[in-house]
Amino acid sequence: MTEINLLINGKAVVAEEGQSVLAAALAHNIYIPHLCDHPDLKPTGACRLCLVEIAGQVVTACTTQVLEGLEVKTDTAEIERVRKTTVELLLINHERNCLECASDASCELQKVAQYVGIGLHDLKKYGAAVKRVDIDDSNPFFNIDHNKCIKCGICIRTCDELQNLGVIDFANRGYDTVVSTFDGRPLIESDCKSCGECAVRCPTGAMTLKTQQTPTREEKTICPYCGCGCGMYLGVRDNKIVSARGDRENPSNSGSLCVKGRFGYEFVNSPERLTTPLIKESGEFRKATWDEALDLIAKKLVAIKGDKFALLASAKATNEDNYVLQKFVRVVMGTNNVDHCARLCHAPTVAGLAQSFGSGAMTNATKDIGMAKCIFAIGTNTTAAHPIIALQVKKVAREGGILIVANPRKIDLCRHATIFLQHKPGTDVALMMGMMRVIVDEKLQNENFIKARCDNFSEFKKSLAAFDLDFVEKTTGVAREKIIAAARAYATSGTSAILYSMGITQHTHGTDNVLATSNLALLTGNVGRPGTGVNPLRGQNNVQGACDMGALPNVYPGYQKIVDAKNQKKFESAWGAKLSNKIGLTHMEIFDAITDGKVDFLYTVGENPVLSEANAGHVIEALNEIKFFVAQDIFLTETAQFADVVLPAVTYAEKDGTFTNTERRVQRVRKIIEPIGDAKPDWWIICQLAKRLEAIRHPVLDTGSKSVRGVQCSQHSVDSAVKPRNDAVQQNEAMQRNNDAERLGKLNASGFDFENAEQIMDEITAVTPSYAGINYERLECAAGLQWPCPNNEHPGTPILHTEKFATVSGKGNFMPLVYKPSAELPDDEYPLILTTDRSLFHFHTATMTRKVKGLEELRPFEVVRINPIDAEELKINDGEMIKVISRRGEVAAKAKITIASPVGVIAMTFHFAESPTNMVTNPAVDPVAKIPETKVAAVRIEKA
Amino acid sequence: MSDSSLQQRLDEVFSSFQGRAQELIPVLQAVQREFGYLSGETMLAIANFLRIPASRVFGVATFYAQFRFSAIGRKHIMACRGTACHVRGAPRIVDEIKNILKIEEGETTADGEYSLETVACIGCCGLAPCIMINGEVKAKLTPKKIAELFAKKE
Ligand code: SF4
Ligand code: SF4
Ligand code: SF4
Ligand code: FES
Ligand code: FES
Repeated sequence: MTEINLLINGKAVVAEEGQSVLAAALAHNIYIPHLCDHPDLKPTGACRLCLVEIAGQVVTACTTQVLEGLEVKTDTAEIERVRKTTVELLLINHERNCLECASDASCELQKVAQYVGIGLHDLKKYGAAVKRVDIDDSNPFFNIDHNKCIKCGICIRTCDELQNLGVIDFANRGYDTVVSTFDGRPLIESDCKSCGECAVRCPTGAMTLKTQQTPTREEKTICPYCGCGCGMYLGVRDNKIVSARGDRENPSNSGSLCVKGRFGYEFVNSPERLTTPLIKESGEFRKATWDEALDLIAKKLVAIKGDKFALLASAKATNEDNYVLQKFVRVVMGTNNVDHCARLCHAPTVAGLAQSFGSGAMTNATKDIGMAKCIFAIGTNTTAAHPIIALQVKKVAREGGILIVANPRKIDLCRHATIFLQHKPGTDVALMMGMMRVIVDEKLQNENFIKARCDNFSEFKKSLAAFDLDFVEKTTGVAREKIIAAARAYATSGTSAILYSMGITQHTHGTDNVLATSNLALLTGNVGRPGTGVNPLRGQNNVQGACDMGALPNVYPGYQKIVDAKNQKKFESAWGAKLSNKIGLTHMEIFDAITDGKVDFLYTVGENPVLSEANAGHVIEALNEIKFFVAQDIFLTETAQFADVVLPAVTYAEKDGTFTNTERRVQRVRKIIEPIGDAKPDWWIICQLAKRLEAIRHPVLDTGSKSVRGVQCSQHSVDSAVKPRNDAVQQNEAMQRNNDAERLGKLNASGFDFENAEQIMDEITAVTPSYAGINYERLECAAGLQWPCPNNEHPGTPILHTEKFATVSGKGNFMPLVYKPSAELPDDEYPLILTTDRSLFHFHTATMTRKVKGLEELRPFEVVRINPIDAEELKINDGEMIKVISRRGEVAAKAKITIASPVGVIAMTFHFAESPTNMVTNPAVDPVAKIPETKVAAVRIEKA
Repeated sequence: MSDSSLQQRLDEVFSSFQGRAQELIPVLQAVQREFGYLSGETMLAIANFLRIPASRVFGVATFYAQFRFSAIGRKHIMACRGTACHVRGAPRIVDEIKNILKIEEGETTADGEYSLETVACIGCCGLAPCIMINGEVKAKLTPKKIAELFAKKE
């Protein structure tokens, strides 16, 4: 970075090359009035307030770049006169009841008026300002009061330059100019995504957030929704979250938030939160104390042996929670029957990329995606499911990069696409193999990369023979010209990134789909550099972490295989217990095992399989049959209703811990408010259970031994679990950190004596090589750390496989593939394909988002998206209730006629309990990853 | 107008353009020439065709006086607000028209009968104040005459 020296009002100022004079001045605490400039946006010089004099010329400081030796004057008499007039003109037409304005005290116009010395009395002569335009309060989260708008254009540029949406623009002329949506419609009827990015940048009271109150304090944390893992500050007042704003320092989101992150915190303080344990007695829940509930569960658990027990951990909970959960299953229950919803989303990623690259995670960082010259986004509805990552994708397209979108549905992202490949559901392997066939036929592959860094190319090449373009065109329904264009663009840009998500994984050939993406990247050498890679976008805030922590039936933390005797020994000595080497049951298998009488006790943590599992009818059947069922959650979910005991857990805002986002970034989550009611952290609850079980199993230890601490759930021990740590504890841990070996030795047999989340992290890092260099102290100062982070000095790893792959051989493995059709194809009886998708406004089974009034308002019910041609044939009107029927069940929802769905394909989300889509989806699984095929089911439609 | 014929007419208009953002104004003009005005539907189609945000199409269209957003009435009124007419009371004439027909400039009555536009001098200054209805000049108007002219309307 080149330094530039200049003089501002005679003061020497060192600026950066490319900086504006305004930014340089502000950085040195020299105030220049400004209203239309924003550091995130291109300057326009619209407000004419930032006038400065340079070499006798008056110019706007925001549009003038610093130059060596520049002499700048910011307040000559001439400038002051012009400025005062400009501000007066702004204020004449402006409502002047500042005290009643939501932006009072934070308003930039106020600040500028004060600076130029205009008081309200100076404006008396102009009389009261007239209110000319009605306030648009149609959006549930923010209002636009045009009467307070100063036409700075910041909102418009935000929506255009940063969101790449352009929902608003100036309309009309002169005096009548307004910030307007298309056709002057209310915001709610526009394309607005309600991100609020415009509103938070508005310098005046023209755009104001509806819900926000001024917080008494703010704390830094991580968004609890999607895998983007955006950093944010939550504001608190009276133990209530009242505001959220993006953390500009966080590299995952650089301050941006989507609608869920910015406005979706209301669920934390929802009156529907579970506040005490509940015990079901003769079909009815009654409130219970923790002692009662935990003792009851412990008593039931003692009678259960090993594989009769199964637990579903949570991709919403922290790493610390998940670590303790899987440890409990393995150490205390002696089984590996632990899984979580990653099975339903990215199991093929973990299985597939582990084979080809040796590591089943996103290869590159979020920021990196913005550096790609070509992006191939297949099976990802990025703008809905990963809105902040989508900003990077749209940025590439805006800046002239090539965006290839492959999706059976015409998703929002298509608007930005250079090439749109609308392939038939379930034909991804054919499509990508077709592209690779073109690449090989045209000799566009990266020979050097293949030779130096890959294995198995010739085997793979042979498998391409089956994918001539006639076959591919026929199978996928995509014109060959498009396939060729996409193949060439991806292969020749030099810096191409692949993004994918559930459209790739949720198939009976999900693992093959994943392997097709890694083949494509290997073939063209697009791995291991910025802007390249294979980037599976993980859904939940901590699904990456839950996998990393070993909440999976076949691996210990850090993907250390349980069937490997070496690992078994390592963990037996670390945990001081005999461990089972029998691979446990997966998500779907657990429910099968219940109906087969092989599992008697189910424990779920923050999971809602009644809505999220394919063929949910079977889950309901299993939950009706199960002998004992404990559900631990923040709400009484559709699943928890079936439980014998319900335990109230705290949310992300009430506990300490870490989340690992989709780009492998481990980040701190903080206890920001006191727990609601009697809710407890997940790890604490499980530790309590472990201790109680231990006390029942080994009563001899019940005198003064360390392992029985907290057996009696006295108020004291409850407090100590959530109290901040004292210095002695801290010192103690610092000492522990210094010696990993010693730490391993110290972990005692019961191993559930944790007093806080940090102690758990210290144990995690001791047993998980990829997390070894991570500790809370380091997470404090940095913007998190991306694993692998093998030691305390290691800066983390933003890009995987830079020099060699994580496979045993260090080489990337090409995998030969064949095309396999989906398990259930349409026929005469079930002529349509149902595929599942997501709404931006809800998350997963919407247990949290539907407790947020505004989000519920933006998307209150399920819709079946159906093509106009299908609708006409079935005589279905827009908005009409229809039934979607498959071999497994039926579900009713309103029809939404749209060309986003191709002919023959309908789409539904799974966010709505009233329309449980998974009653009809297909439970057929991928043989390797055991993921059900929720993207393709044969259905028919009837009028409801 | 059925969707398909609308789309056909639009495609026809678009066929002489390349679909680049810079073509916005000529495309707006061509669509207005074809349909007589710019509807929400046609403006959305323009946005899609040029791959620019719909709000920008609307913003640009509303910036220029040459574009109108409702169909012209069966009787199109061009009220003069040129200098001669102005000094002889054109503002009162225009107000009276608006008052009787209950429309603003650029709008069309709900029954599609009348639409109103104001224009600079229509070249009959000697007859000021004057208006033109479907090209026919009505001269030396007073509010009273206006009331008579549009009496049938009420
Ligand atoms: S809320 Fe977001 S999408 Fe809506 S207008 Fe503002 S910036 Fe655009
Ligand atoms: S609404 Fe706010 S940000 Fe937008 S132009 Fe008006 S004052 Fe500027
Ligand atoms: S939901 Fe995802 S994209 Fe939105 S703010 Fe949260 S982490 Fe970021
Ligand atoms: S801040 Fe420079 S002109 Fe507005
Ligand atoms: S000014 Fe009205 S006709 Fe010339």
